[in-house]
Amino acid sequence: MKRKSSLGSRLVASPYILWSALFIIAPMFFVLYYSFTTPSGQFTFDNIMALGKYTGILLRSVWFGVLATLICLVLAYPFAYFISQMRLNTQQTMVALVMLPMWMNFLIRTYSWMAILQDTGIINRTLEKIGLGPVHMINTSGAVILGMVYNFMPYMILPLYSVMAKMDKSIIEAAQDLGGNRINVVRKVIIPLSMPGIASGLTMVFVPSVSTFYISQKLGGGSFDLIGDVIERQFQQSYNYNLGASLSLVLMVLILACMAFLNKFTNDEEGMVI
Amino acid sequence: MKAPSKIYTFLILLFLYAPILIMIFFSFNSSNSTGLFENFSLRWYTVLFQNKNIMQAFSNTIILAVSSSVIATIIGTAAAVGVDRWKKSWLRSGVMGVTNIPMMNPEIVTGVSMMLLFVFMGKLVGSEGVLGFGTILIAHVTFNLPYVILSVLPKLRQTDVHLAEAAQDLGCTPVKAFFKVVLPSITTGIVTGLIMSFTLSLDDFIISYFTTGPGFQTLPIAIFSMTKKRVKPDMYALSTLIFVSILVLLILVNIAQSRGDAKKNSKSVKGDA
Repeated sequence: MKRKSSLGSRLVASPYILWSALFIIAPMFFVLYYSFTTPSGQFTFDNIMALGKYTGILLRSVWFGVLATLICLVLAYPFAYFISQMRLNTQQTMVALVMLPMWMNFLIRTYSWMAILQDTGIINRTLEKIGLGPVHMINTSGAVILGMVYNFMPYMILPLYSVMAKMDKSIIEAAQDLGGNRINVVRKVIIPLSMPGIASGLTMVFVPSVSTFYISQKLGGGSFDLIGDVIERQFQQSYNYNLGASLSLVLMVLILACMAFLNKFTNDEEGMVI
Repeated sequence: MKAPSKIYTFLILLFLYAPILIMIFFSFNSSNSTGLFENFSLRWYTVLFQNKNIMQAFSNTIILAVSSSVIATIIGTAAAVGVDRWKKSWLRSGVMGVTNIPMMNPEIVTGVSMMLLFVFMGKLVGSEGVLGFGTILIAHVTFNLPYVILSVLPKLRQTDVHLAEAAQDLGCTPVKAFFKVVLPSITTGIVTGLIMSFTLSLDDFIISYFTTGPGFQTLPIAIFSMTKKRVKPDMYALSTLIFVSILVLLILVNIAQSRGDAKKNSKSVKGDA
């Protein structure tokens, strides 16, 4: 008997359709609308023209984001691989240990780094005791990038681990049997097989890094404004929603472009793992 | 495993936990320094519990997390059931594409775009302070929905469609067949979606920051305004309490899961026999 797909069963999705039209699609249109209008509602290109002033900040955001993402990849890759080689029970514990800090609010974690890095913080007090003198760490670009790496590293570890855990160990053994030395096995077998994990790790770290606003304010001390800081200020301090909307539009386009680039970079057949 | 890889793993974990451990340590400091430990004291915990703002924000956060996760779970589960039954694939991929938008967009853009919508609508009805509980609730439901749908859909795909048909053949109405047959087999997906929504809502700062007004503060927003001032250990006390409760919750969930697994295993063993 053919399944009766009653009218009711087709209608159960309608509250969601309505919801997503109102609160997912409509807000996107409002970003466009505000980008191209004056506060009184007249059509204008002024907000788009004003973006030129922010090119430097935009480039800095992308640069910091790229650096933080690459550092995360380099640090997380061996870590994820080592976890995937452990006993199954230990693997589960390690994954829980990686996830646990993620459940703490990122404000708190960033704030804690602020206290650690400050001139009278724990690192500098220890350095003073052993006579290496205080080293100025807070309010530098390094501190901002450290904050990004710290906050978003789990987003790199987890997708990498999940592809590596599924990797067929016999393929690696086969490569070793066929005479591949350690570097060749990593370069020709392990890295290509973990490509989907690398791709999703890169996006999952890059997107929040490039759009962050709190980390740069707290660890950069206001001298390393990122695009997120500028957007936040338009909405919470200077109330220039139109300029804020056009900056958000640029951020959105930038991230879409980066994702398209990453998708091209990896094999299309293998989907991303999230 | 060889020693160098063990040391490396340990160092990365140390990096992940160092700020948290330092925070816990200094929350018991008697002075307000966050660099020099003087004496053990619970001073900052008393200060914390006397802070009415924080306590109010805490209850707000719980109310918001419960209501937004329940609403998102109901709407999202219904959506997954409906989408799963659609025959037209373009319709389905269209809806799933829209579902992905809040997950792909940077949080700041999601927050800002919703704020623009609310402010515009507020102007239309002529009220200035639209941002508050209503708007933050809508925002939280919206960013929770994709997680509910994406955890229920795979479970629906795994359930045998013939089961519901069989129930209907045996005289169940479609609605009864759904509640008796389909719902029990997707419960784990629904619960996962609910828990995920609840924790996401508890933890969210960026989207909340743009979609709420001065009348309704959540804990992350209260933390944000506290961190605008000088670093003080009462924040550390708060963070320590949050960390400990998350740890306990995680351990409880793990125990529940391993018990569930054990039950399943014993059942399957019986089934094999």
